[in-house]
Parts: sequence; structure tokens; C-alpha cells
Amino acid sequence: MGKYRGSSKLLLQPKNTEEVSQILKYCNSRCLAVVPQGGNTGLVGGSVPVFDEVIINVGLMRNILSFDKVIVSGVLVCEAGCILENLISFLDDEGFIMPLDLGAKGSCQIGGNVSTNAGGLRLLRYGSLHGSVLGLEAVLANGTVLDMLGTLRKDNTGYDLKHLFIGSEGSLGIVTKVSILTPPKLSSVNIAFLACEDYTSCQKLLLEAKKKLGGILSAFEFLDSDAMSLVLKHLDGVRNPLPPSIHNFYILIETTGSNETFDKENLEAFLLHSVESGLVANGVLAQDINQASSFWHIREGLPEALMKAGAVYKYDLSLPLEKMYDLVEEMRVQIGPAAKVVAYGHLGDGNLHLNISAPAYDDNILAKIEPFVYEWTSKNRGSISAEHGLGLMKAAKIHYSKSPETVRLMIDFDYCVFELLPDTSCLDDNHSIICLCLSA
Amino acid sequence: MKIMVAIKRVIDYAVKIRVKPDKSGVETNNVKMSMNPFCEIALEEALRIKESGLASEVIAVSMGPTQVVDTIRTGLAMGADRAIHVDYPGTLYPLSVAKILKALVEIEKPGLIFLGKQAIDDDCNQTGQMIAGLLKWPQGTFASKVVLDKEKQTAVVDREVDGGLETLCLDLPAVITADLRLNQPRYATLPNIMKAKSKVIKKLTPEDLKVEIKSDIEVVKVTEPPKRKAGVLVSSVDELIDKLKNEARVV
Repeated sequence: MGKYRGSSKLLLQPKNTEEVSQILKYCNSRCLAVVPQGGNTGLVGGSVPVFDEVIINVGLMRNILSFDKVIVSGVLVCEAGCILENLISFLDDEGFIMPLDLGAKGSCQIGGNVSTNAGGLRLLRYGSLHGSVLGLEAVLANGTVLDMLGTLRKDNTGYDLKHLFIGSEGSLGIVTKVSILTPPKLSSVNIAFLACEDYTSCQKLLLEAKKKLGGILSAFEFLDSDAMSLVLKHLDGVRNPLPPSIHNFYILIETTGSNETFDKENLEAFLLHSVESGLVANGVLAQDINQASSFWHIREGLPEALMKAGAVYKYDLSLPLEKMYDLVEEMRVQIGPAAKVVAYGHLGDGNLHLNISAPAYDDNILAKIEPFVYEWTSKNRGSISAEHGLGLMKAAKIHYSKSPETVRLMIDFDYCVFELLPDTSCLDDNHSIICLCLSA
Repeated sequence: MKIMVAIKRVIDYAVKIRVKPDKSGVETNNVKMSMNPFCEIALEEALRIKESGLASEVIAVSMGPTQVVDTIRTGLAMGADRAIHVDYPGTLYPLSVAKILKALVEIEKPGLIFLGKQAIDDDCNQTGQMIAGLLKWPQGTFASKVVLDKEKQTAVVDREVDGGLETLCLDLPAVITADLRLNQPRYATLPNIMKAKSKVIKKLTPEDLKVEIKSDIEVVKVTEPPKRKAGVLVSSVDELIDKLKNEARVV
């Protein structure tokens, strides 16, 4: 997005865990700051050097090590630099899928996904990475290789440390291998693109969908009228599924199951009932894979459309469902005509992607957004970063979503890990994120 | 004027095709099936003609086993007024399809027959031409633009041909087959899906139409195309010339 620029002089691309270990050991002994990097698709400046840190990019570590499909879900073991889309294609041939999917799949790497606990479009159905990652291998700051690369579904032997690495954005170590549960690929996928007149209908529709489509619901996304207008204006090859007007809200519902006829009937019945009861104003049902892709293209293309529209201030928030759109409306009042407030997100997870689109970056606009957006979120006990992580952007803001005692314990734990390791004299760059929190 | 549109149920265009291990055909088990994209375009054009007031009714026709009804329902959800399902459990090749369509035409008497230019599973590109021949009707194939004139009872059709665009004027009744750029088909909206549930699908068999299905074609073997070999880096011009001469044999 062009928001963060570092001035690193060196990028290293290790080819295996041993090389990562040697690099870290060396940097540690010379007190050289490092920053781990994967596909560089992060949205909070977590993979960009703050100053001149050595960049350790794991992109060359892209081997798939094993795939076991004897168990009901497959188990995939691979290196951290594997691109998500490549893993999806590989599994496709085997009849399985990755438990996560995001718009950045063409570039993002699984090591980064795990390190940031990426959410994505299918969290509603397959849960978070905390549930689907079975094990990982990571290298600590002093070069110690931590082998926690289990492939077992159940293992209650002591603290499950892998969970600390999942989502710690590289502050505890660099993830080098991942072992992940892969759900079977089900044949019947149906997708509907719906229009709702108000936010209350969207909420009710979600609750109804969870009740009536429960087992087969695999995605529930929303976008508002400003988001739709933006996409239609800036994205190529996109057309309005419900011409001619722009509706207030759009909902994308996807179901995935194993019985085509049954699922389609189920979804149709649910949708027709929703129209009859007034929850849905209008909608279309994809009749083939091409149409399904075009609906997803609208939703997945929003970040790209926002980039093309100019400067964008991105906020990724978890909020109570009933309050979510209130923030959007209040933000519009706050900002006034200076910029457009665009809202979309994983409504099914209570996750709002709030984007303020302006012709150019402008501190006056920023002053109207922050700290308003963080204070509002904090007041409603939401999360200032639902899935994007803290990175550089939000490290100092952690106190909006976590109590001082909790943050204190994080810092204590962090120091503890480093103190306990032999020869750890220095800290890695993302470690300093935790320190930034201390200063806040 | 009635418009009859023939639609075919095929493996979805976006699916990765796998050949069956016994090489008798492609894998269709548990594979997503949809309306042939060119048939969809043909149906869309027919609907637009009706919406402009130049036709009274659009009839969707499909042939094959029971599952074909799914595709017919999509056609009705797009806006076709009614449909005919010719029930036949096996594979139908273009000549059989054309003969059945001819029998249907004699019953329904449409002023226009619309088809896709070809099906994406067999790529035959024959049915439209054959039915025009059987009926002795004019044909405008690979249509990228269709303009009807009610008074003169003609259809002006722009055809996409190798050399560019050819414009023909056909006297109605006529056969038109749709090419990719003719239009962009509409999505099936929920209100239309609802309406489609009460639309009539008439079921007939080839026997009802007094058409005998006998094929003079038999599929002997289906294989995948040879996999593209990786390129080779040569180290010198001499090696390149040697390979061009002795391996590729083009010099």
C-alpha cells in the first residue's frame, strides 16, 4: 500500500531451516536486528523493516514435505515459504482444501499466515488456524530450532507452545515448517449474492443462515453501497449482479456440502423464504462456477479497488454484531466530505473491514479517524485488529483491546523466553513490537 | 413468433477435466455440471428479443437423462416461458439432436431456433447447421450480433468468421447459433427462480416424436493430450543448431 518504507541493506533468502538457524545465530551474536518476511502481503507493516534490519525472507523454502490422506481430514506438512494458492492447487488434485482462503492467496505464504493467525473467508466454516495447525517448526532468536512439528490430532503433553507462535507475528521466532489439517474438498458449492435494505436485515439474515443452513454454510460476507460503487468503478471485468441500482447492503452467502441437489434445494428454500419475509430485497444465485467466481471477485477485489481509488486508511475490527455498522455511520459523520468511508467484511465472524478512501494521504483526515476509531472500538470491547495483527501500525495501540495486566504478562513472558535461552543477547525486530507496547 | 432454444447440460467450463482410467471417456462422477456457455448466450439473446416485443414466447429444449432437468430449470430461472425435456438415457450425437429438434419444430412451429455454436464437451459445432439442413431453413452461425425486422420477417446476423465479420440477411424462419461476443447472459434472480418453479416442463421421448436414434459414430478411445515438455537451455549456438537439425528437424 506504500505506507511503510524501511531502509534495509540486506535481504537473505535461506533455503532450509539450518540456514535460518545459522543466520539468526550470527545476527544474535552481532546484535543485528532482523525482520522475518514471507509473501509481504501484510497490512500492518509487520514485514517491512523499521530501519535497516536484515530481512530474512523464507520465500525459497517452498517444498511440500508430505501429505497424508488416510485420516478423514488430510494432514499436510510443508515449508513456511509455500504460497497459499500453490498449496490449494496441490490439494485440489488430491481432493482436499486448505482450511483458510484469502484474497492475497496468490502471494501470501503459509509461514506468514500462521505467524499472523490469518483469518480469511472460510473461518466461519473451518475455524481459525489455532484449530487447524497441528504443529510447527520455528527457529528462535539465538538460532535454536524448536521442533513442534507434530501431525497428531490430539496431544495433551504439557503446554501447547505452538499456539504462542501462531499469531505472534514473528516476535518469538521464525516459523520454518507447518503441519496443517486439510478438510476434504466437497463437491457441491453454491453461492448467492443478495441485496438488503438495512443493516438490521443483514444481522437477522446471518442468524437465520446459521440456523437454517448451519452445516453447509461456508462463508457469509457483506459489503455496503459505497464498497459496491467503488468496485464497479475501479475493478476490471466486474458487473453489478443486481442492476440497475446500487443497494444499501450486499451479502454473499456460500454453502459447501456433498449433495448438490439437496444443498441447492436447501439454499433456494432459505433464500426464497428470506425474500418473502422481507429480509432480502433481491438476489441472484450462481448457476455455474464462472458466475460464482464473479461474485467472489467483487468481494475479494475490494482491497485492489481501494488501492486504485487513491490513498486508503484500513482498519480491521472485531465488534459486537449489533453495533458494527453504527461505527461506520459515525465515522462518516466524523470525516465529512473529505473522504469516502467504505465498509465490508466477514460479517459471519463479527469482523469489519473499515476503509477510508481519500484522494491522497492527509494528516487532517488521519486526525479525524484516529484515535476515534480505536476509542470507539475499545468502548464497545471490540478488537482493534481482528485478523490483520499489530505489526508496526498498531503495536502501540494494543491497550485499546487488552488490559494492562495482560500486556504486562505478554512482555514478561517474552523476556522470559529470551532470558532463558543461552546466548540471547539481542532481540529481533518483531520482538520490539512488544517493547513498543510497553512504551504505550 | 415463438423462439425455440436448444440447451445442453455439460461439465462446467471451469472444471479440470480428468480422463477415465479405462480411456472410454471423461470422468463425470461427482463433477459439477452446468449449462453450456454458448447455449446460455443463445438463451439470453432469445430472451432479449422477446423483451423487445419481437417474440411472444421462449421455449427451452434439452435432451438427455433426468439430470438434464436441472439445466432446464436454470433456463426457466433465466426467463424462458416453458420447456421441453426429451428423455433419453444415452449419448446423443448432433444428427440425432437435429432430428429430434426437427420433430419438435413441426409441433411448435417457432419462427427462430437459437443454439450455441458448439458444446464445450464435444466441440462438434454441427447441430445448428444440421437442423438448418433438415428443415431447409437459412442459417446464421457464429452470430455476434442479431437484429430482427418484424415487418420484413428477416434477421440480420453478423457472423464471426476467420477473415473478420460477415453480415448476412436471413429470411425467417431461420436457425442462428450464438458465439461468445453476442451478449453477456443475465444471472438467475431469486424472483425468477421462484417463478420458474411453476413453469411447465413437458416430457417427451424420441419414440413419442417418431425419431429413431441410431448413431453412426462410436467413441473408440479418449486420451489426454500429450503433456507439454519442459524447455531445454542450450549452452551454445552450435548446440542449438544441432538440436534444430537433429531433434526438432526443422532445419
